[in-house]
Amino acid sequence: MPQIAQILETYASQFFWLLIVFGLIYFTIGKGMLPKIEANMDARDRKIADDLAAAEAARHEADNLGDSGEAELAKARAEHQAKANEAKAKAAKDAEARLAKADAEVSAKLAAAESELAKARAAAMASIESVAAEAAADIVAKVSGAKVSTAQAASAVKAVMANG
Amino acid sequence: MAGESGKIDPMHQFQIEPLAPLNIGGYDVSFTNSSLFMLIVLAALWLFMWGGMKRDLVPGRWQMAVEGVTGFVNNMLTSSVGPEGKKYVPLVFSLFMFILMANFMGMMPFGIVPGVHPFTVTSHLTVTAVLAVLSFGTVLVVGFWRHGLHFFSLFVPHGTPWWLLWLIPLIELFSFLIRPFSLALRLFVAMTAGHVLMKVLAGFVINGLNAQAAWVPFVVSIPSFILMIGITLLELLVCAIQAYVFALLTSLYINDAVNLH
Repeated sequence: MPQIAQILETYASQFFWLLIVFGLIYFTIGKGMLPKIEANMDARDRKIADDLAAAEAARHEADNLGDSGEAELAKARAEHQAKANEAKAKAAKDAEARLAKADAEVSAKLAAAESELAKARAAAMASIESVAAEAAADIVAKVSGAKVSTAQAASAVKAVMANG
Repeated sequence: MAGESGKIDPMHQFQIEPLAPLNIGGYDVSFTNSSLFMLIVLAALWLFMWGGMKRDLVPGRWQMAVEGVTGFVNNMLTSSVGPEGKKYVPLVFSLFMFILMANFMGMMPFGIVPGVHPFTVTSHLTVTAVLAVLSFGTVLVVGFWRHGLHFFSLFVPHGTPWWLLWLIPLIELFSFLIRPFSLALRLFVAMTAGHVLMKVLAGFVINGLNAQAAWVPFVVSIPSFILMIGITLLELLVCAIQAYVFALLTSLYINDAVNLH
């Protein structure tokens, strides 16, 4: 086995060259290149984590915006509804009031007209009586020549009219 | 691979051969085929990491592969040590990647070029011992630096009955001190055994084909070849598993040092 047979002749050379080579590996690769590669990996991991966090935050914000938008929409709708109801109620009340007023006016006018009508009718009645009395007196005078006083004629007309 | 006599020597692949003699302070530190493969590992690892240095926000395939490996080591330390484990990622990553690349480089089919032999750096006890000592030394330094002498409470687990206080610390101390040996031997033995097995099977294939009798290739070479495909795949898996085990155990030991059970 040359590893053991040659050990006394070769150990110095082996140690010497191994220490040189391993020292070079440790200091240039292990201490020189490796930290840069790791720093790059860390930076990438951090960037990915940051990006993910930013995306998460953005999603959160969007969610919040959506929620508040919906709430605002609902509020606006409710306000709108309330206003509409109010307007409707007010309009109904106005209409009722106006209707009542118009009703009252109309019935007042109707009452006035009726009373005037009654007055007119009474007047007409009265004038018909007098005309009829005059006509009766005239007719009596013409037919019999007897003079009938106006009062007599009127009472006779009244008696006839009451009958008929 | 071939010995002088034309026989196939499965141990020859572990032979260290000096390529350029070098002597510093009386020590023979020649540049060897082992050193060459360490440099190849370094180059391959550097190339691999360099491909992942584009640092795009959206990674490409290569960057994804590099980040997958770094993330894997990072996860391993974070899950076994906790958030403090991040400090030890460079060390564990270096150990893991060096072992993984060295294991894979030993499996590369460089042998198809005549005269070139792949060499598995991690199949040498001298190498795995240094790596294990690095791992164990880190545990010791971190443990004593963070906890001072309180670090010895590691050897008295919670809930030890008082009448076992003389025995448990001994066992714990033993299991603690054996860690570097188990780390070094596990990797060394797994790599050596796998490569010896592959080489022996390859020897069956070649010797069977060279045999005089016509029936030998069918009975020996073809089954050996089929078996070798499976063993090679298994060995690739072992390469990754051994690197993972070394890194995982190191992070568990660091957890002991940082959190004291």
